[in-house]
Amino acid sequence: MTALSLRDVRKNFGATEIIRGVTLDIAPSERHCIIGPNGAGKTTCFNLISGRFPISSGEILLNGQRIDTLQPHKINRLGLSRSFQITSIFHRLSVFENLRCALLWSRGYRYSFWSPLWRQKALNEAAERLLEDLNLATRRDIMAGLLSYAEQRALEIGMTIAGGASVILLDEPTAGMSNTETDYAMALIRRVTQGKTLLMVEHDMKVVFDLADTITVLVYGQVIASGPPATVRANRAVQEAYLGALEE
Amino acid sequence: MRSRWLILVLVAVAIALPWGFYDWGHHRHAGFLISMLSQAGMMIILALSYNMLLGQAGLFSLCHATFFGIGGYAMVHFLNAAGKDELPLPMEVMPLLAGLSGLGLAILFGAMATKQRATAFAMITLGIGELMATAALMFHHFFGGEGGVTTDRMIDNSLFGLTYSSGIQVYYLIVAWTLIAVALMYYLTLTPLGRMANATRDNYERAQFIGYDPRMVRFIQFALSGFFAGIGGGLYAITYEIVTFDALAAPLSANALLMAYIGGTTVFGGPILGAILITLLQSGVSLLSNSWLVYVGVMFIAMVIFAPSGLAGIIQAHGPIKRAGRLGRLTLPYLRLVLPALALLLGFVGLVELMSFLTIGAAQGKKLVLFGNAIDVHATMPWVISAASLVWGAVWLRFAAAGFHRVWENLSAEVRR
Ligand SMILES: Nc1ncnc2c1ncn2[C@@H]1O[C@H](COP(=O)(O)OP(=O)(O)O)[C@@H](O)[C@H]1O
Ligand SMILES: [Mg+2]
Repeated sequence: MTALSLRDVRKNFGATEIIRGVTLDIAPSERHCIIGPNGAGKTTCFNLISGRFPISSGEILLNGQRIDTLQPHKINRLGLSRSFQITSIFHRLSVFENLRCALLWSRGYRYSFWSPLWRQKALNEAAERLLEDLNLATRRDIMAGLLSYAEQRALEIGMTIAGGASVILLDEPTAGMSNTETDYAMALIRRVTQGKTLLMVEHDMKVVFDLADTITVLVYGQVIASGPPATVRANRAVQEAYLGALEE
Repeated sequence: MRSRWLILVLVAVAIALPWGFYDWGHHRHAGFLISMLSQAGMMIILALSYNMLLGQAGLFSLCHATFFGIGGYAMVHFLNAAGKDELPLPMEVMPLLAGLSGLGLAILFGAMATKQRATAFAMITLGIGELMATAALMFHHFFGGEGGVTTDRMIDNSLFGLTYSSGIQVYYLIVAWTLIAVALMYYLTLTPLGRMANATRDNYERAQFIGYDPRMVRFIQFALSGFFAGIGGGLYAITYEIVTFDALAAPLSANALLMAYIGGTTVFGGPILGAILITLLQSGVSLLSNSWLVYVGVMFIAMVIFAPSGLAGIIQAHGPIKRAGRLGRLTLPYLRLVLPALALLLGFVGLVELMSFLTIGAAQGKKLVLFGNAIDVHATMPWVISAASLVWGAVWLRFAAAGFHRVWENLSAEVRR
């Protein structure tokens, strides 16, 4: 069974069809990268998969279960978690609180208004460990909105993986980072998504060809190629539409 | 910890203050003080429970008095039942029933209002407030129409053998319940729900992608806040033994907002400050002036413009400077603000009072008296002096404030380094 499947997914905003029949199969523990020019619909795909927008037609399955009619929080509870291209954090909460919030649901706290957070040893230790993992321990009590850009991106990734989802969607996690920051972020992503299914939108070709088991090229709302890096690199259509221009 | 001491001191003051004004000659408590302090207790609960929505969950509710009021009305009926021996419960636990009434109604209305957030939420709550206000005039059996409903709090059932015949006994009941309610509301801020309320306030969308339904967070928070407001209303009914339309109408909802905002919505204790300040103004200044609401209104506007984080926010902003031990460097700049601020204030108060005596005062047949001299509100001089003081104070304050700002910025920069 696939971890995540899209069957002829379409999406229009008003009269314009932005996603024009995307079909994708992602195997468990696969590292799958989506590339494509700006405006191709990569972020929109993520929004459809994660339930942020309803799809216009088609099917989306998570571990064999239809999720395309579910609300985002329900999809998340089934084990799919996503990050945002534009950082989306709780900017007035501390870094530690951000991570702790991201841990709460998966640890069964639900809407509890009786368990005091400070006494939840396992939860707090997990949040501290995440802080260490993300290299944010020194920024523990700072308001998340005051972090540097790269730090916010790290926090964004941390919040995405915190809940222990089995399928992780990362939308341009390294965009806007310097080379060293990118290297660090990629090492982090590799580490924290160990054994998980990863679907990632990325512009940096070096990163993509390093990391991916499978690459999908999305152009103008359609998949023009999908397969192992070597195959995609050799694909004529891709070279013409996209790679050639980038690799010169 | 310092905040712990502060709490102890506050509680000690709340308990001891009535005795500072005790009339030992006649063995009487100062009735005015007791009723003001009692009022402060209820308002603290109202403002804090309102801030569970505004400050903690980012929900701008316009119907908070609904739940305060329902607690009050329900309490009247509970007390009446208890007086007829139909409800064998001691007085000390009765406010809990009022709280549950608030909770019940908040669950009902919350189910509607919390479907939405932001502006739509505010508009639904406005509708709920109006709905309840109308209902209060329509359903006589429960609400008693224009005259409200009355009760007798001496139900002769107390855990401690108290009769609650005197204001001071009621006051201590209020102190106890205020403490309980404040402690519980504080506790809530330390639970998963409390934290997720903050999270959905900051970014409701992100909350969904970590597994939470923001709507559910809003709903539970709303219901619980109604519970506490209900307790406040219950204490109101016990104190005044009458509950009317005022206890659930829009002006009280606005008051809750005012108190929470002026006190500061970003700090847990902020609304407590606001509640105390507004109660003082209400009881104190309203005796001296017809126009006390004008002052509250202007203060509110000034806070929104110049200090959106409220009194508590202002105090909190001094934290880093204080920790660096440089608070002393602000003394002189602050002193420089005093005179111009005073001039501005006097000029403003002068104009407002002149105006008020020219119209309302004349109708009431009152005379404006200052330092024992009657002042003719039709003469030109008082108006000129007030206006001059206002303008001069305002201009001077602008300069003084700019100077203060410079010192403040420099200090803040130093402290950050
Ligand atoms: N909410 C929306 N409403 C209307 N159009 C949208 C919306 N979101 C995205 N689009 C459009 O869809 C196209 C694809 O956008 P996006 O998915 O963000 O591209 P990518 O992430 O691949 O750069 C763009 O033309 C964009 O303008
Ligand atoms: Mg994008």
